[in-house]
Amino acid sequence: MQPFIDQIISECEILQGLPLWFSYLIFQLIFCGIIFVFVAVFAMLAGYAERRVAGRIQSRIGPNRVGPQGILQSLADGIKVFLKEDIIPTHADHILFRLAPYFIFIGMFLSFVAIPFSSQWVIADLDIGIFYLLAVESLVVIGIVMSGWASNNKWSLLGGMRSAAQIVSYEVPVALTILLVVMYSGTMSIQGIIMAQGAAPWNWNIFQTPFLFVAFFPLFMGSLAEGNRMPFDMPEAESELVSGYNTEYSGFRFVIFFFAEFSNLYLIGALATVLFFGGWQAGPLPDFVNGLLGIETPLSAAIVKNLVELCVFMFKSLCLVFIVIQLRWTLPRVRVDQLMNICWKYLVPVAFFNLVVMGIWMVVVPEYVTDIVALCMTACGVLLLGYFFYRVAWQLKNTKARLRFNPLS
Amino acid sequence: MRERHPRSVNFEIPRYILFMTYFSNIKTAVSTVFEGMTITFSHLLREPMTIQYPDRTPLPVKDTLPPRYRGFLCVRPEICTACTLCQKTCPIDCIVIEHSKDEELKQRVMTRFDIDMAKCMFCGLCTEQCSTGAIYFTNEFEASTSNIKDLVFKFIKQGEKVIPYKIPRKKKPAAAAAETQAAAKEKKE
Ligand code: SF4
Ligand code: SF4
Repeated sequence: MQPFIDQIISECEILQGLPLWFSYLIFQLIFCGIIFVFVAVFAMLAGYAERRVAGRIQSRIGPNRVGPQGILQSLADGIKVFLKEDIIPTHADHILFRLAPYFIFIGMFLSFVAIPFSSQWVIADLDIGIFYLLAVESLVVIGIVMSGWASNNKWSLLGGMRSAAQIVSYEVPVALTILLVVMYSGTMSIQGIIMAQGAAPWNWNIFQTPFLFVAFFPLFMGSLAEGNRMPFDMPEAESELVSGYNTEYSGFRFVIFFFAEFSNLYLIGALATVLFFGGWQAGPLPDFVNGLLGIETPLSAAIVKNLVELCVFMFKSLCLVFIVIQLRWTLPRVRVDQLMNICWKYLVPVAFFNLVVMGIWMVVVPEYVTDIVALCMTACGVLLLGYFFYRVAWQLKNTKARLRFNPLS
Repeated sequence: MRERHPRSVNFEIPRYILFMTYFSNIKTAVSTVFEGMTITFSHLLREPMTIQYPDRTPLPVKDTLPPRYRGFLCVRPEICTACTLCQKTCPIDCIVIEHSKDEELKQRVMTRFDIDMAKCMFCGLCTEQCSTGAIYFTNEFEASTSNIKDLVFKFIKQGEKVIPYKIPRKKKPAAAAAETQAAAKEKKE
């Protein structure tokens, strides 16, 4: 962030008159505000998009009445929830009950401090960014257990307990996979991990070696479980626990849970993008766009560069978010014992195996072999994607379905 | 000695088979999730089944109903004979007809004909009874309202007096037959 702010200050006369720390403070506050707005808008739009995707997957249409194509549906829901009475159960622990949503929200929001949006737009590029992210995300579990316990409701308590067990277990494969990536990139800084990769798919971590490809799945499933997303949404399993830990909440406090859930959806996508899909790396694209627009001044050139990188990063994360949403409407919920089975019997051994083998690989295999393997892996990835769409076409042909490609109808 | 059922034979599953199930489990998980994702993705490209009732249907739903649909009841007071048969047959007394001798006009008049559609069960008994077809079913069916009293349909306004319809006296059967024969002859020519 600092280089970018310095650049703005050097360009702007008024800011040069102010003390340096003051302009830094102002800019950081502005960026925090921007991120806050981003989280709010993302939560709204993701809630809407999720319902539209769910609708089409279930051969329905989804909300399309409020605003153009129903885009304001989440806003309408938000207003409705705001106007609800704020109820605190009589036998609840009042202080903890009020406190819990903030723990969850702070845990989610602090993660955004370290998540970059482009090469220069990141609130704080910490040297131990990824470590910080792991630590901060665990704050959420405290909030969830707290809300479950304080509600004095057996469903809430069960939801909170399940969530604690789940998040603590899935932290292990996630941490191991992150360790693997850190080992491979040689840095714990998130920007460093991104810069160790490249713009082209064969420079992404995921296609470097087969082991890194496999390692993506423990991380992805682990983050799904930590974010209480389907198929691991045990803490809020509607059919079993009413709504889990947030059963007793209403009004504004419920909105906070809702925000936390959807900002977490973005975090899942962003984390996977950072670690495996090359983050904001856009290669020659920013220079190309700058040339196209004929931009000369260094400040606007920097802004355009960051914007292009932002778009690249957003595109990758939103693709992953889409996959997360699609998974929710594809898979049934797993049972608690299956959940633990998957974690301890499958993900943890696989993550360990990958860690060890990649360690050996990095020592033994020369650089050029890794490059060739990366190219082959990319080809395999493209083939896999092609096979996916071939199967989709086969499904459509086999069921003689009537097609409608327009996503908005 | 009794033979043991083969299923109860207690035999140890070899280690390597357990090991293979581990990998086959992973394989099943991966392939089924992949297949499931292709199916759900293909659904994204399919036509939704939703019919966007009331306002976005290709035709108004009212016009797509079959001709003998049982919607709201409607009455044509001008051909009602005030026989009150419909009122008497209705099993749940939704129909209220009031008729009395009017002093000024020196004859019977109807002063009230209410049907409570909130109670009606659309059995159709009243329409079958009616000798003139004055009471009949329409295609209207959208009954939602904020006040249930709105569903009491009044076919004669308050204070209005309707003179009941008189069915023309029937001709003698023989005369009637002769007339129809004459009419048929006329048509032929
Ligand atoms: S349809 Fe049946 S229930 Fe309704 S008014 Fe006629 S007789 Fe009564
Ligand atoms: S509607 Fe028909 S059945 Fe009812 S009173 Fe009038 S003529 Fe008689």
